[in-house]
Amino acid sequence: MDRIKVATVWLGGCAGCHMSFLDLDEFLIDLAGRIELVYSPIADVKEYPEGVDLCLIEGAVCNEDNLELLHKVRARTKVLVSFGDCAVTCNVTSLRNYLGAANVDQILQRAYIEAADTNPVKPGLEGIVPRLLPKVRPVHDVVPVEHFLPGCPPSAPRIKAFFSNLLDHTPALSGAQLKFG
Amino acid sequence: MAAKTLIIDGKQVSAENHTTILQAATDNGIAIPTLCHLEGVYDVGACRLCIVEVKGTAKLLPACTTRIYEGMEVTTDSERLRKYRRMTLELLFAERNHICAVCVANGHCELQALAYGLGMDHVRYDYCNPAWAVDASHRFMGMDHNRCILCTRCVRVCWHIEGAGTKNVAGRGTKSRIISDLNEPWGDSTTCTSCGKCVLACPTGALFHKGDTAGESVRDRSKLGFIVNAREKQQWTV
Ligand code: SF4
Ligand code: SF4
Ligand code: SF4
Ligand code: FES
Repeated sequence: MDRIKVATVWLGGCAGCHMSFLDLDEFLIDLAGRIELVYSPIADVKEYPEGVDLCLIEGAVCNEDNLELLHKVRARTKVLVSFGDCAVTCNVTSLRNYLGAANVDQILQRAYIEAADTNPVKPGLEGIVPRLLPKVRPVHDVVPVEHFLPGCPPSAPRIKAFFSNLLDHTPALSGAQLKFG
Repeated sequence: MAAKTLIIDGKQVSAENHTTILQAATDNGIAIPTLCHLEGVYDVGACRLCIVEVKGTAKLLPACTTRIYEGMEVTTDSERLRKYRRMTLELLFAERNHICAVCVANGHCELQALAYGLGMDHVRYDYCNPAWAVDASHRFMGMDHNRCILCTRCVRVCWHIEGAGTKNVAGRGTKSRIISDLNEPWGDSTTCTSCGKCVLACPTGALFHKGDTAGESVRDRSKLGFIVNAREKQQWTV
């Protein structure tokens, strides 16, 4: 049997979902026999490849890079999974949305000027630091998503349940397997 | 007292006259999801989670405020009901700011539990992301409007169990909010007895005891029903 081509991407999130993925411990070894990891922040691959079967997406859509990568991921992947609360609900990253239209300026001012101990300067170099979007959006608000795996982070047993279900072709989670926060 | 017979989910049951569908169902071991209903205080039909189908009526009716009648045929679970209940839940999540990961009720929240029960794995509506404040002026308790679902359980226990009348609802539509006295900081309230019943009643993380961690915010709501029962029926032991 051909191994399914799996990718993981890291948008606006804290990497906790990826850490939880690594918590799968020995199940990772089982998984390695059944999947091929073709793109991931934990693999050294520069360009998101074509023909990916499944992609786990951590994080909300916060900046222009996230947006560009997400559209590429959708175009090149059969099945997308919103992986973790930031991808599913925007979670903590959406806190700036309540500040309204001027939120981007306000948070940059707060983080890079007011909270700076030395050398206060806003990141503004065009083409180097991606610009923040006016509003943080959940992944499914930008592109269609097939499956949702909420949790902050989703625990390793829940990720395992998801993969086990998926390999048996029934990936939806319900009841006790669902968890936000 | 006169009894009525009716059919709930194909099961023939009998219940006292003036009983609500919810009461009749509960007494017969049939569970209906609820959110604004709270044992010990009257029902207001605020959340619409308990909607059921009644034969002969096209409308969906709230089980907690609809009285039974002879020969009534009720369905408490169907594709249609699950669809609308899930929609209602998603709208509640979208209306204010529910960031479970940093919420004091995480893991003990009735809203979360219902979402899991109905398989709500994401919210299809746009999040409103409104700007709401936290009232931390009270010495022992706090109110986070970001988590409030306007079920009015706090208002009802404050008026009808504690008898203080501190909590009220002000405003309209999406601007509706829970206030203390005549919209003063909770800590300045001259009527609040600091009894904590509102915190006990709140199904979400909107009302909390200061300093409680998420692990400590488990609430034994049966205490409220116990007080009412003791008062009305003079039954002080269970
Ligand atoms: S009140 Fe419940 S649903 Fe809302 S953020 Fe807190 S735990 Fe989550
Ligand atoms: S603490 Fe008691 S009196 Fe004060 S607002 Fe809450 S229920 Fe009312
Ligand atoms: S504060 Fe809690 S009990 Fe009161 S209306 Fe809001 S969610 Fe309901
Ligand atoms: S429990 Fe019946 S409307 Fe809320």
